Amino acid sequence: MTKREIILEVKDLQTSFFTDDGVIPSVDYVDFHVKEGEILGIVGESGCGKSVTSLSIMGLVPSPPGKITNGQILFRGKDLTKFSEKEMRKVRGNDIAMIFQEPMTSLNPLFTIGNQLMEAITLHKKGWSRKQVKARAIEMLKLVGLPRAEELMKDYPHQLSGGMRQRVMIAMALVCDPKVLIADEPTTALDVTIQAQILKLMRELNERLHTAVILITHDLGVVAETCERVVVMYAGKVVEEGTVDTIFNNPQHPYTKGLIASVPDMRFKKQRLYSIPGNVPKPGTIPNGCRFAARCESVFGRCTVENPSLYETSDNHKTRCFLYDEKGVGVNDKTAATS
Amino acid sequence: MISPFFIQFDGEVKTVIHYIGKRLLQLIPVLLGMTFVVFMIIRAIPGDPAQVILGQLASKEAIEALRLKLGLDNPWYVQYFDYLAALLKGDLGESMRTVQPVSKEIWPYLAATFELALFAIIIAVIIGVNAGIISAWFQNSWFDYAAMIIALIGVSMPIFWLGLMEQWFFGIELQWFPTSGREEVRNPVSAVTNLYVIDTILNGRFDQLGQVLKHLVLPGIALATIPMAIIARMTRSSMLEVMRADYVRTARAKGQKMFWVVYKHALKNAIIPVLTVIGLQTGMLLGGAILTETIFSWPGIGRYIYEAIQFRDYPVIQSGILIVAFIFVMINLIVDILYGLIDPRIKYD
Repeated sequence: MTKREIILEVKDLQTSFFTDDGVIPSVDYVDFHVKEGEILGIVGESGCGKSVTSLSIMGLVPSPPGKITNGQILFRGKDLTKFSEKEMRKVRGNDIAMIFQEPMTSLNPLFTIGNQLMEAITLHKKGWSRKQVKARAIEMLKLVGLPRAEELMKDYPHQLSGGMRQRVMIAMALVCDPKVLIADEPTTALDVTIQAQILKLMRELNERLHTAVILITHDLGVVAETCERVVVMYAGKVVEEGTVDTIFNNPQHPYTKGLIASVPDMRFKKQRLYSIPGNVPKPGTIPNGCRFAARCESVFGRCTVENPSLYETSDNHKTRCFLYDEKGVGVNDKTAATS
Repeated sequence: MISPFFIQFDGEVKTVIHYIGKRLLQLIPVLLGMTFVVFMIIRAIPGDPAQVILGQLASKEAIEALRLKLGLDNPWYVQYFDYLAALLKGDLGESMRTVQPVSKEIWPYLAATFELALFAIIIAVIIGVNAGIISAWFQNSWFDYAAMIIALIGVSMPIFWLGLMEQWFFGIELQWFPTSGREEVRNPVSAVTNLYVIDTILNGRFDQLGQVLKHLVLPGIALATIPMAIIARMTRSSMLEVMRADYVRTARAKGQKMFWVVYKHALKNAIIPVLTVIGLQTGMLLGGAILTETIFSWPGIGRYIYEAIQFRDYPVIQSGILIVAFIFVMINLIVDILYGLIDPRIKYD
């Protein structure tokens, strides 16, 4: 494999919500990167900060009450957190595009598919003629595998099925050839066969267009099928990072182990489904020490007192757990250093 | 360029015409019922038109003769069917007071009301809708608080008091605007359509156009206040709901400017409940705002009907109310058609 450059790097990102109960960090010192043309999976339960991370990258965190309170988001070396709203508008949809969880409600019900697709093009391709814009829109609809693309341009979203709408969303996101596509649970709202089709489509498009993809999901099956590398998040922090193979064959963090253990196995019939005891701590009520300590099977004294760092346990594999402290060298981690 | 925002008409002309036809047919029983109710109610009011017309000192014989002439000696059902039969021929009857055909007499009054109501509703929509949008866009900002407090005062303000204050302040203290009537008494507009704004332009009398517009300002504002406040509050709450929608986020994720996200994507989705309110308010304004018309001596339909009631002028009351009801229903029909043009999910059937 040729060496690919890092296109997007998130460094020490902290996004907080300023509520009546105080400042609550939803994403807390998160680091990860995506290389050109790579598919990165971000896995975690609901409320672990996956979506807020992606909205932070897009500069779309609802504000107020949300705000990026620390860190950098480097896109080709430029810090997006320093960008003005006007500069961010040129990035959105053009350099970094995003698709969302709910295809049923993510398209505006009162405008035709054509209108919405063409809007996405005209926003960034200023010099294009209407004819060019239309041709491009139709081309994209064909690219995402939608039949009778010309007629579809005149259809309204309610005339399409969920899978078709998600294809339209993907077409709309890729219409300006973005370098990075953020897909926030793109298949969660779809049924299983459609899920598989959409994932296949995303993999194909990734290969064809070399768009880097950040795939945010809570479904480990989706990750195993689609991604090259995985970032596992828990309660606003990255707890483990590695290639798909290492994460699935050699999970290190007890949380990752628990997640993998709770995937149902079709081979055994009467087996009781494994679940990690307890609940994700509510943001704002996060205790001292490791955030997973209260639910961890391997918890020991140090876990409830100190914050673990992200330890590099091998090449391309990092784990935020004290069990790996002696083996590896702790990589740079600001929270562990400060608290 | 992006195609026009609000109307994306996709060749449904036939279904729309069919729908309008159906709705107009449904109107017939509504209006028929209306004529009956009005006919009965005005005859239930004590008082005899003949007596009112001839005055207190009239002799019994004179009154009896007039009753006979006006057809008031017939039983009520004969009177009603005579009225209906005339109505079907397009005859609205004759005023008992002025002995003029109602259809001819009523138009200048209707036009006066129409002009004033249209002026008021345009002000109310432009200011109300925009205030509501900006309040929702910048929720909890000083603008939001200020606009909503003003709107609350607006809905609770008695119109007669507001009218009097306007007359005192802008009319008498500042002398900016005239306080009564539609035109300068010494420089009257020669009527063509009776919509004076149009008439002055048709006559090429632009000096008069300025005067006519000045006359519209104070009653227009008085009349616009309540609808404006209602529209602003409705727009705000509808917009707040829509601004949280996923497609609004999608539009922003494309790189669209916030202004267009709000005014294109959000507004079109938020406008339907607002449109309902606008329709109802327009209907009410066209029904003649008796209070405003009285305070500003505006020769409108409200005052015309009110005076007819005092004189027990049955044909005028009946026809006036019938026309107002008809306008009201037509506005509702227009609003219903607009729903379908705005939202492709709403079908005409």
